[in-house]
Amino acid sequence: MKSRFFPLLVTFLVFSAIYVYCYYHFSSFGSMRVVCNLLRDNAHLGIAAIGMTFVIISGGIDLSVGSVIAFTGVFCALMITREGMDPYLVFAIVLGMGTIFGAVMGVFIYYFKIPAFIVTLSGMFLARGMAYVLTTESIRITHPLYIRVSKLVYIFPDKGRFTFAAGAFLAVLVIGIYLAHFTRFGRNVYAIGGNDTAALMMGVPVGRTTIMVYTLSSFLATFAGIVLSLAKRSGDSTITVGAEMDIIAAVVIGGTLLTGGVGYVIGTFIGVLLPGVIRTYLTLEGSLSPWWIKIVVGGLLFGFIAMQKLLSTRPKLFSFRRQVGPTTVSTA
Amino acid sequence: MVEMEKQVLTPVNENKPQRATNFKWRNIFRGDNRALWTILALIIILLVDRMVSPTFFTVRMVNGRLTGSLINTLDGAAPIMLLSIGMTLVIATKGVDLSVGAVMAICAAVSAVLINRHEAGSDNILYYPGFVIAIAILVGALCGLWNGILVALFDIQPIIATLILMVAGRGIAQMITDGQSPTYTDETLAYMGQGTIFGMPFPVYVAAIALVVVYLLVRRTALGLLIESVGINAKASHYTGVNATVIKLFVYIISGICAAIAGLIVAGENTYADPHTAGLWSELDAIVAVVIGGTLLSGGRFSLVLSALGALIIQSLRIGLYISDLHPNANLVVKAIVILLVLLLQSKEFKQAVGRLFKPVLKLRAVFK
Repeated sequence: MKSRFFPLLVTFLVFSAIYVYCYYHFSSFGSMRVVCNLLRDNAHLGIAAIGMTFVIISGGIDLSVGSVIAFTGVFCALMITREGMDPYLVFAIVLGMGTIFGAVMGVFIYYFKIPAFIVTLSGMFLARGMAYVLTTESIRITHPLYIRVSKLVYIFPDKGRFTFAAGAFLAVLVIGIYLAHFTRFGRNVYAIGGNDTAALMMGVPVGRTTIMVYTLSSFLATFAGIVLSLAKRSGDSTITVGAEMDIIAAVVIGGTLLTGGVGYVIGTFIGVLLPGVIRTYLTLEGSLSPWWIKIVVGGLLFGFIAMQKLLSTRPKLFSFRRQVGPTTVSTA
Repeated sequence: MVEMEKQVLTPVNENKPQRATNFKWRNIFRGDNRALWTILALIIILLVDRMVSPTFFTVRMVNGRLTGSLINTLDGAAPIMLLSIGMTLVIATKGVDLSVGAVMAICAAVSAVLINRHEAGSDNILYYPGFVIAIAILVGALCGLWNGILVALFDIQPIIATLILMVAGRGIAQMITDGQSPTYTDETLAYMGQGTIFGMPFPVYVAAIALVVVYLLVRRTALGLLIESVGINAKASHYTGVNATVIKLFVYIISGICAAIAGLIVAGENTYADPHTAGLWSELDAIVAVVIGGTLLSGGRFSLVLSALGALIIQSLRIGLYISDLHPNANLVVKAIVILLVLLLQSKEFKQAVGRLFKPVLKLRAVFK
């Protein structure tokens, strides 16, 4: 087993172990109902997390996704309910806006060499602020299309409802895996994440790829916003505050290294579902306090990072015995 | 290669007369003059605030307490300033501390829970206000130590190492307060946020003292130089004998302590500790303050004073937006635009691009000379 796959394998094993433990306590974890609910509830996070995976593999970070999701929801609600516009047209407009938004952030990051952290942080403020400017109240959407989509469910024999959101999540997952591992764009993303100077010298279009990565991330975040708006049938500017941190945590738990160059889209899928499983368990358990979810996710984050660290490099803490010269200083 | 040879072959003109300062208006879009842009940004924002509200600079004494928008700005900037002091040192070592907001919440929660036991009549000396403050600061230092251990000993990327505590920290704070937002009436703790000395709010003094103490610590000793050397090139500084591990532990502990004090101030202002909202997103404010102050996220040279000015910029922007007739929800948009503008002004690449735009003008001037 190549050590490259090992973090992914561990993520998968931990997820399985936790799932089996939950199943052991609550047999309902074996039903399609819980599975479908997991997919449905985490669809928007998952779709955005797949975009984030590309960003992080390329060595960057995108803090704006949570705000972009919220803005999209508010924009859709406002245009459809208040202005009476055609939903398809609204979706097209908002996806175009999201794409341009991401591309502009990419331009700032690549051409003006401003750190991605700060550019996307401003993007986060900007998108959230625009959402607040549009409206601060929650707007319901009662357009026929939304009703039709909400009835678009496949119902399993045990009443598990496979909704449109879950389907969209899985579709984006498949497309994400294809993009990452079977296209030139995907290989370029891995290349610039591994070493952008080397990538440039090999002829990888670093600038174009960087801008495309952020464009993809914002596009998927916008799509996630549309999916969430279809699922909730409302727009609210205060939703998904801090979702970017959950998403980054999910990507890291999924085995993607924040230094860039290493990661798998399928790992992100598991990383998104893992906190969802724990949340479901806590809900079913009932007696445990809600703050445990944060502590458990933090603990998981720590566990996975410590494991990755142990696998990739020998940390200084454990290497002092065999250290002859000053060899293990990180430059990161 | 060719350019390098050219440089080597070009004789260095050592007798060229040097100006006392290398400041030239012509180089304003090119050179490295971070202080200028930060101070200019602050002045512009304060002037805009003055245009928005004619009484912005008016300071009056009411009941032995100075009041006015300027004082409010200073008062409100104190927690961000404290955070930005710690954050500057962390960022100078090429790190970042995302957990400061959560640490604020934890320390506020600890202080509120402990002081509640004192108010409930417990005679335990540990629950006395002075000790409560000391314990809260100690907890902050421990949080910083945890971050430092992850970064310095385990070599985990700072952004991720501190993300752990950012995610888990609010959960821990809620666990400490048992999901409540405990209120207290203790005057010593309330003084942290509400007290005044000579009319000035107490938090302003705290921030100023912290700034002076840390400044003296890093600039009157070699510590600042060592921090910068770790940030610029950890490997090279290791070879020259700098103990990067200790330096990194130190900066994260300082950041934790600053966050603890900021948490006490914020809790003292409201006399309650809300684990959900105390210090929420203040890590982002602090990072922005440091970046506006000209310290690069890639580590190296830092300026504590400019970071403090950055904190003032953020707060005067916020106050200005509050008192303006602008849509109250627009302040995030304006904040984002101002941050981007300041960053663009600092970006060498952007200045070069602008410089290229102005090139025809300069050429034209040369023609007329």
